[in-house]
Amino acid sequence: MTAVSFKNVDFSYGEDGFHMKNFSLDVEEGELVAVLGHNGSGKSTLARLMNGLLLADGGSVEIFGEPLTEKNLYDVRRQVGVVFQNPDNQTVSSIVEDDVAFGAENVGLPREEIGRRIEFALSAVGMEKYRDATVSRLSGGQKQRVAIAGVLALKPRVLVLDESTAMLDPRGRREIMDVVLRLNREEGMTVVLITHFMEEALLCGRAVVMNRGEIVMQGAPAEIFERHEELLTYNLTLPRIGEICKKLQAGGLPVPDTLDIDLLADSIARLLNE
Amino acid sequence: MKDVSFGQYYPVSSFVHRVDPRLKILFLIAYIVAIFLANNFYALGACALVLVLTIAFSHVPVRKVFRAVRGILFLVVFTAAINVLFNASEEVYWAGPAVYWKWKIFSVTQAGIVFSAFLVIRLVLLVTFSSMLTYTTTPVALTDGLESLLTPLKWIRFPVHALALIMSLALRMIPILMDETERIRDAQKARGAAMDEGNLIKRVKAMIPVLIPLLLSAFRRADELGEAMESRCYMGGKKRTKYKKLRFTWRDLIAFLLIAALVTGVVLLRVYVGAFL
Repeated sequence: MTAVSFKNVDFSYGEDGFHMKNFSLDVEEGELVAVLGHNGSGKSTLARLMNGLLLADGGSVEIFGEPLTEKNLYDVRRQVGVVFQNPDNQTVSSIVEDDVAFGAENVGLPREEIGRRIEFALSAVGMEKYRDATVSRLSGGQKQRVAIAGVLALKPRVLVLDESTAMLDPRGRREIMDVVLRLNREEGMTVVLITHFMEEALLCGRAVVMNRGEIVMQGAPAEIFERHEELLTYNLTLPRIGEICKKLQAGGLPVPDTLDIDLLADSIARLLNE
Repeated sequence: MKDVSFGQYYPVSSFVHRVDPRLKILFLIAYIVAIFLANNFYALGACALVLVLTIAFSHVPVRKVFRAVRGILFLVVFTAAINVLFNASEEVYWAGPAVYWKWKIFSVTQAGIVFSAFLVIRLVLLVTFSSMLTYTTTPVALTDGLESLLTPLKWIRFPVHALALIMSLALRMIPILMDETERIRDAQKARGAAMDEGNLIKRVKAMIPVLIPLLLSAFRRADELGEAMESRCYMGGKKRTKYKKLRFTWRDLIAFLLIAALVTGVVLLRVYVGAFL
């Protein structure tokens, strides 16, 4: 089934900024899709259109076949959970447990059910030991995992991460990606991962490249990264490994184009031995 | 200061810490009433005894408790002095002259000494007992307790839920904004701003390049927080349930009996013993 479907969506922020025109995109249930794009490419707008923080000017956004309108906003928000960039700006309570409970409290679940949801959400992100911890004392990665748990407590079917790793250190980013991959593979969660880290896109099943409110490239991440020159025109680079390949080739070492670190290491070793 | 326990929460586990925050707030009110009903030294002694018991069962070091008193030391000394000097009553409480010293409108009398001793004890008891509330209750628990106590106000359409949410968001944002202030200060210092130099006016002026970015960032944060809350289905207090329920336990009963005994005792002493000694 199609989880999220943009059908000929028009959207603009008034006069200035870009205009989304006739935008279409389907995300299938259980998919892990990366949305790539430079600043101002419209990728964050995409996230906000998916849970009704913004409403389309024309066309429709459908969640599991149901067009999103002002009337079913809160039903949609239960199904599409959005995690934002800055963990500090999305936690409402000073205590982990209270923060995770927030969403579940909002929709009026009974107490016992909220307790179960907290347990489920915290163990899904590997933070069950921090239930009573103070949020401001956690690391960036831990705070962001709590933010994900806060969204998971509503048991959404689609998880949207709007540059949720952008403010984290490499370790925090890895923590979040581990959680996301596990949710996608083990729980079958549909994930839309909006990012500007190419390494993260490599882990996804499909990548969508946006530029000025339009989809300009789409396909398996490996295929997209083969079109290196085209990516550059959208101000995007290759993952670190790909960049290293290009530099080695330019420097005269004829390594093959690859995104696999072991393969690259092997071929460098072989070439140097010759 | 990167902790919810800013202010003065003392993080240990004790009997007093685990008393229901709603009761603690009510007890503080009852205690204040008791202090002002107490009009003889026996009654004040009873109040002091309750305070000593509270401190003993809170595991808060006495040294820390007295720090609260140090904060009002000036006020205490000042009030005591004024009361001694201006009380011209010639009542006699013990053998000896009623008036020890007199000069124009100033005098030191027995009544003045007794009265100001009374006042000092009242003040110290009051401040110490209030500080016990903040030593043993987290700001989060205090907010929850207040929300629960204010619930009846919903009848007159007072937005209790919104008020509690504002308080809890403020508590959440304090450590974040303090970090941010520090960062902006450092950034401005790195650009050559002189923050700690010059007279008062210069220093206040030097705060402007810190306050404006701080204010802007606070607004941006508020915006993002609003979006995140909406994304998590926040639609105001209607239909909302609460996960944390405050529950009364045997501790609350014991604490209640103690405070009830105090108030009753003070009232009885007031009726049967009368004022002063």
